[in-house]
Amino acid sequence: MMKPVFMTYTKKDLINLAVCMVLSVLVIPTFITTEYWYTSILIPWLCLALATIGQQIVMGYTGQLALGAAGFMAAGAFAMFNLILRVPDLGFVGSLIVSGLIAAAFGILFGLPSLKVRGIYLMVATLASQFFIIWMIDKFGWFKNYDSSGIITAQDIVILGKPFTTPLAMYFVCLAVTTVLTLLAMNMARGSTGRNWMAVRDMDIAAESMGVSLLRTKVQAFAISAFYCGVAGALFAFCYLKSLEPVAFDIKLSFKILFMCILGGLGTINGAFIGAAFILLFPVLLNAIGNNVFHGAIDATIISSIEQVIFGGLMIIFMIYEPLGMAKLWENIKQKWKTKYPTMNIKNLVSSIGKKS
Amino acid sequence: MVDELLFFMEVLVGGLLAGTMYSLVALGFVLIFKASATFNFSQGAMVFFSVLAFCGFMQDFNIPFVLAFIMAALLMVVVGLCTERFVLRPLMNASEDTVLMATIGLGYVLEGLAQAAWGVEVRRLDLGIGDFPVPWIADNLKLFISALDITAGVVAAIMIIGLFLLFKYTKIGLGLRAVADDAGAASSIGIPLKHIMLLVWSAAGVVALVAGCMWGARAGVQFALVDLALKALPVLIIGGFSSIPGAIIGGLIIGAVEKVLEVYIGPFFGGAIEGWAPYVLAIFFLLYRPEGLFGEKIIRRV
Repeated sequence: MMKPVFMTYTKKDLINLAVCMVLSVLVIPTFITTEYWYTSILIPWLCLALATIGQQIVMGYTGQLALGAAGFMAAGAFAMFNLILRVPDLGFVGSLIVSGLIAAAFGILFGLPSLKVRGIYLMVATLASQFFIIWMIDKFGWFKNYDSSGIITAQDIVILGKPFTTPLAMYFVCLAVTTVLTLLAMNMARGSTGRNWMAVRDMDIAAESMGVSLLRTKVQAFAISAFYCGVAGALFAFCYLKSLEPVAFDIKLSFKILFMCILGGLGTINGAFIGAAFILLFPVLLNAIGNNVFHGAIDATIISSIEQVIFGGLMIIFMIYEPLGMAKLWENIKQKWKTKYPTMNIKNLVSSIGKKS
Repeated sequence: MVDELLFFMEVLVGGLLAGTMYSLVALGFVLIFKASATFNFSQGAMVFFSVLAFCGFMQDFNIPFVLAFIMAALLMVVVGLCTERFVLRPLMNASEDTVLMATIGLGYVLEGLAQAAWGVEVRRLDLGIGDFPVPWIADNLKLFISALDITAGVVAAIMIIGLFLLFKYTKIGLGLRAVADDAGAASSIGIPLKHIMLLVWSAAGVVALVAGCMWGARAGVQFALVDLALKALPVLIIGGFSSIPGAIIGGLIIGAVEKVLEVYIGPFFGGAIEGWAPYVLAIFFLLYRPEGLFGEKIIRRV
């Protein structure tokens, strides 16, 4: 193991963080100027990656098969709308936190069955949350401020009196929230909280006999997971959709997040980002191929069907050959590279360049 | 008073018969679970896939009804064959959660293939049975019950009796039960595991086709069938995952409860509580009787 440099972080962690931050704060805003990339790819990517981290916490780390992420996202999004509407003093960040907490309350409620059952049984119980939350928002007019059109425009984002309405500004809002929550999630996953989650996942009876409280650990995982989903849902509605409608958070979105989580790699934080990027970008790529190679000869519905077949097929292939997903695949590639070229690391590279010149 | 009672009866009977439609979906699920302890999440997709293929054969190629049905059934056998070979066999020793996730993937593949092959538009399926009240019953018993509901009930009954006889009295059925009991022991005494799996998946496929025909005749053959089929999951939790009668009783309970609740309590909440009521009912069952009404106590207590 490497020696920790700052708190529990090793040098490698800090370098990774610095590279990510430089890329996302400096490189992307300088080189990407088209609005399309922000509004249709980067912003939803960050939001969905955040929701996938939520799914990871409950599924990848705690090993509970849950399928209701979109329901919690809806709870977060509509809580946000109502908080900004009714409690304007809270401000954007305050509302975001409170709406996450409201989603967490739902998470606790619908996470309770996990104390008794697991596997597909739990999946059915969490499906209840998905359908119930969407129905509740749809049927009680108060949540939608008695708007009859069904689609409500989201309020503008205002932080400390400054409006954040351009795509770039919204990207930074999403980036800031995602960064803070991702760091938090990594800390939790590495600390005693995460150890407890993983102990419960790997063998709950052993965990319990070691003094890990199943009740506490599972409820905590569901609450934190729902918090992440709630915040992600609020961002998704306010930065990406810019409108609020219950239909946007249907079961299909839950499945999508499940796929991001599984394909990305269960039990990894970077897997959430990889999975979200893959599920978002792959359809874009397929459409581009359809338009440029076949010049629209293939119907758009067929392309989306093919996309579905490929996602499902990949799911099966990953389950058979690499159940830990793309994050593990990436890890394997790195490992192979290291054993093949053991002297090739940054330090040697820099010194070899220095020698040459 | 009599009118109210009659109305209640009508709601109840309608719900019970509609519940048999859920039972039909759940039945395919139970078949696979019994023989291989696999939660086949793709059963809903199989329903959609099979009935869309059936419609496609009939409407796009003008193949007569019976022949199209046989072709669709054969197609489901092929699907079963491929599933056994490419999904289940490589995952023989994987944990049940892994297999479950793989079947979610399988569901996606089937949905995608069906839509790529036959298109996404809603198709009408005419079985020659109307979805309207049967006049004879309406006149004599003063109950308005749809002919399609009754057909679904009869079909479900026939399938259950057929499956029961198959399991109980044939050599194949004996093999099935042996595999369900202990796959390792069964294969060591020479029961061909591969064939049994293939048979079970094919049977589940045919059951899916029948269920799809019933649903398709009612709601149109469309993607929404997959979501409807999700309701088979609470049915299974109530009835128990490994019990064929359980699937039927569970379906009846879900059908009746959701209709009665919808009619009597729904209006206070703006309706459409059908969407989640079965799941909440399932949660209560999970809390108090996790193995379901007829299931074996195989559930892992946490």
